[in-house]
Amino acid sequence: MARGPGAPGNAPSRAAPPTRIGAWRYVVLALVAALGGIYAAPNLFPPDFALQVTVDNSERPVDAALLAELAAVLANAGIAVKGSETMAAGGGLLRVGGSDDQLRGSALLQEHLNPAGRERQFVVALNLASTTPAWLEGIGGVPMTLGLDLKGGAHFVLQVDMEEALAKRLGDEAEKARDRLRAERVRYRRGAEPVQGDTIRLGFATAELRDRAIDVLDEDFRLPDYVVAEALVGGRPGLAITVQDVKKREIEANAIEQNLTGLRNRINELGVAEPLVQKLGGSRIVIDLPGVQDSAEAKRKLDKFANLEFRLEAAADNRPSELEAWDYEGRVVQLNKRVILTGDRVVHAAQGRDQETGLPVVNIRLDSQGGEMFHDATAPNIGRGMAVIFIEHKPIVTVDEVDGERVERHGSRAEKRVISLATIRDALGYNFQISGLTVREAQELAFLLRAGALAAPMYIVEERTVGASLGEENIERGMLAVTAGFALVLVFMAAYYKVFGLIADLALTLNLVVLLAVMSLLGATLTLPGIAGIVLTVGMAVDANVLIFSRIREELKTNAPARAIQAGYDRAFLTILDANVTTLFVALILFAVGSGPVAGFAVTLSIGIVTSMFTAIFGSRVLVHLVYGRRRLTKVRI
Amino acid sequence: MTFALDFMGRRHIATVVSTVLVLVSIGSVAFVGLQRGLDFTGGVEVELGFPAAVEIARVRAVLADAGFDSAVVQSYGAQTDILVRMPPVEGVDQSDLGNRVAAALAQAFDGVSLRRNDFVGPSVGEELTENGGLALLVALGVVMFYIMWRFTGKFSVGAVTALVHDVVIVVGAFSVCGWTFNLPELAALLAVIGYSLNDTIVVSDRIRENFRAMRRGTPVEIVNRSLNQTIGRTLVTSLTTLLVLGALLLAGGEQVAGFATALSIGVVVGTYSSIYVAANALLAMGITKQDLALPEKEGVDPTP
Repeated sequence: MARGPGAPGNAPSRAAPPTRIGAWRYVVLALVAALGGIYAAPNLFPPDFALQVTVDNSERPVDAALLAELAAVLANAGIAVKGSETMAAGGGLLRVGGSDDQLRGSALLQEHLNPAGRERQFVVALNLASTTPAWLEGIGGVPMTLGLDLKGGAHFVLQVDMEEALAKRLGDEAEKARDRLRAERVRYRRGAEPVQGDTIRLGFATAELRDRAIDVLDEDFRLPDYVVAEALVGGRPGLAITVQDVKKREIEANAIEQNLTGLRNRINELGVAEPLVQKLGGSRIVIDLPGVQDSAEAKRKLDKFANLEFRLEAAADNRPSELEAWDYEGRVVQLNKRVILTGDRVVHAAQGRDQETGLPVVNIRLDSQGGEMFHDATAPNIGRGMAVIFIEHKPIVTVDEVDGERVERHGSRAEKRVISLATIRDALGYNFQISGLTVREAQELAFLLRAGALAAPMYIVEERTVGASLGEENIERGMLAVTAGFALVLVFMAAYYKVFGLIADLALTLNLVVLLAVMSLLGATLTLPGIAGIVLTVGMAVDANVLIFSRIREELKTNAPARAIQAGYDRAFLTILDANVTTLFVALILFAVGSGPVAGFAVTLSIGIVTSMFTAIFGSRVLVHLVYGRRRLTKVRI
Repeated sequence: MTFALDFMGRRHIATVVSTVLVLVSIGSVAFVGLQRGLDFTGGVEVELGFPAAVEIARVRAVLADAGFDSAVVQSYGAQTDILVRMPPVEGVDQSDLGNRVAAALAQAFDGVSLRRNDFVGPSVGEELTENGGLALLVALGVVMFYIMWRFTGKFSVGAVTALVHDVVIVVGAFSVCGWTFNLPELAALLAVIGYSLNDTIVVSDRIRENFRAMRRGTPVEIVNRSLNQTIGRTLVTSLTTLLVLGALLLAGGEQVAGFATALSIGVVVGTYSSIYVAANALLAMGITKQDLALPEKEGVDPTP
């Protein structure tokens, strides 16, 4: 902090005694400079392009022998391997020369490690390998993470269809309610779809039945989660069970969590090094896939929402209201409406071929509850047909007119089709296979079932994919802009303020070093707008010194140099503080509202403001004292 | 360097100039409109790198054949770079459009590489527009209260008038020139607020100090004196900032060019406005010494 101005009684003299500043200031400045230098240093070591190999289904570990074998494969194709190492978390890295080698090498290793027609043995992903010396890493020195716009990769924002999530969950709840009523022998009227919006509707023949239903259902449906009210359903006494906001939010939160888990599994299947999957606000999920060049491939797997339903074929004793008509291979089949099992119970699924027919099949294993449910449903129905229904959600956009304004609504349409109808020959248990799909469909279904069901469909609302070459260019351009801007300011300051200008230059250099060190230590991500923020910081950071120096020039007219210097620092301090605090406000607002890249700009700007206050005021003061403070001054050049 | 310029003597001319600029800006945005970019409108933008310079007409033909009728094709920076833009189409899911465009071109031309594929859904764009507008308003509001607290209400009005003036003119310049306004330009706009404010506070600080320190002199004289005392610093800081922005504009590439342009205009206008809008507004509101009577306690104050 600045000190107060000298007491008014101290009349200025032409040759004032040296001002004193505590030795601790030198220590602090030296310490900050040293720490800043050390922790900014890792950024000087550009990372190597690397291929990351991890075990998928292979029995063989990724060890030195395997890495040596892979290095030989690459060397044969003319790709020089700069080094290889196993990773603590499992897997290994092969360092190569550039992004072209990396892409070509990835394809070669895929081919070498994963022979066609077998389950994938190893995952080969593109990664960047640190070249920071071990001792620097040992004391926590890490380079800044590069944003996708600088290293290439795909960024997605997915919107979870919350209406669908709610409908799906309420459908389950309605089924539960009906099961309960059946168990308590309270007859309800079968009829239309029970779930409408956020309400489950159940109809009864008489008011007495309805009153009994209220008692029966009270345990499962009560405040604060649900409100149960009497209502007319189809002109008869009925119940309207309305889900409350608290419960709704819980359902939505669960849906997001379940989708996050599902997505993480899917991304593991994709084989991406260091992916990021995160919740964004209440109903969105953001995914960063560094190094992914083909976003089409990733997209096919990310927002695909598919599931299976197993239903029994109509039996003679089924009433018409229990049945639905379906198309299957050009004919109409009658299926029971009741779903005996969904894909949610699948724990493992693999695509294969039927040993007799050679047609593609999906081998499925269920969890224990699913196995029991399946057994219970199939055991009494041997000889009856069972249908497998494939459900795929396709994104659609509809335009609504609300209060004269056009509103676009995203949603999804479930496409269901019967993919197989086969006679149950035995009671089915945990393991079985389904057929009736093309190879591609079998592959996708196996993948989607394996990766885990999603609680609700999702659709992509934003994508930003940057190719590796553009990323490299962005880094080069950014570096050039920072260097050129920095050099111009250094030269200008030295020319304009002479010795003081050089001191400001030192302070500015220190500012840049500390800024990089703080960003590295905070684990901040450097983006192109972030680089723009650094450039802007360089230009604006000298302002504090400019303010101080022009004040010193003014004070020199009435004061001796030493006092003028002191007064210049003291009087400019509050102005600098006010000006910087307000800029900091603006930067924080920018951070709060900005997404991804803009937030990156705001972060560098904010950190830059704080570090520049330190270096320009505290740092330059110590330096000025170092130059002028220890002798009697008669004249300073500024 | 010392100055003895009669800034406030020309303040009426400045008022006219500022008013005209603001009106032209508002008029242009209202009647010509602002060319909002992908981030705000939604849609698809694909940047492709070709191994050699390519005729845009051929690219257009290939895309038309492939059924992408609404595609706008233009060269982007280098001769070998092509940017394909597609506006949002109602009722169509566009999330894989970019991939399809890239695939169609990769089939027709050898060695095409995808440099960038951006897709923004219409709902995201709308949210950004709303959030962006909100951010500007919140920024102005926060600034107003801070200055009211640190200075007085009149300074606060002066500063906010200057900021609104700057923001309107920068947006107006984008509208008049037909430049695309995207998210980085919005960030630049907020940075302009930060920068211009910085300037305004430095000037206001000195005006306040002089109102308290100078026993004689009319408000116009005091403001003039203050502006002369700070003009050296104002110009130097603007110059260093413009130097780095120039470096960013020339070296930073297409993606930061708009940002650097918006900020450069903002720095010039912001420098002008801290003199001719903020100070001018103070005089117009009839600032007096009583407005700046020293509070009972102030930690570090240079008043003798």
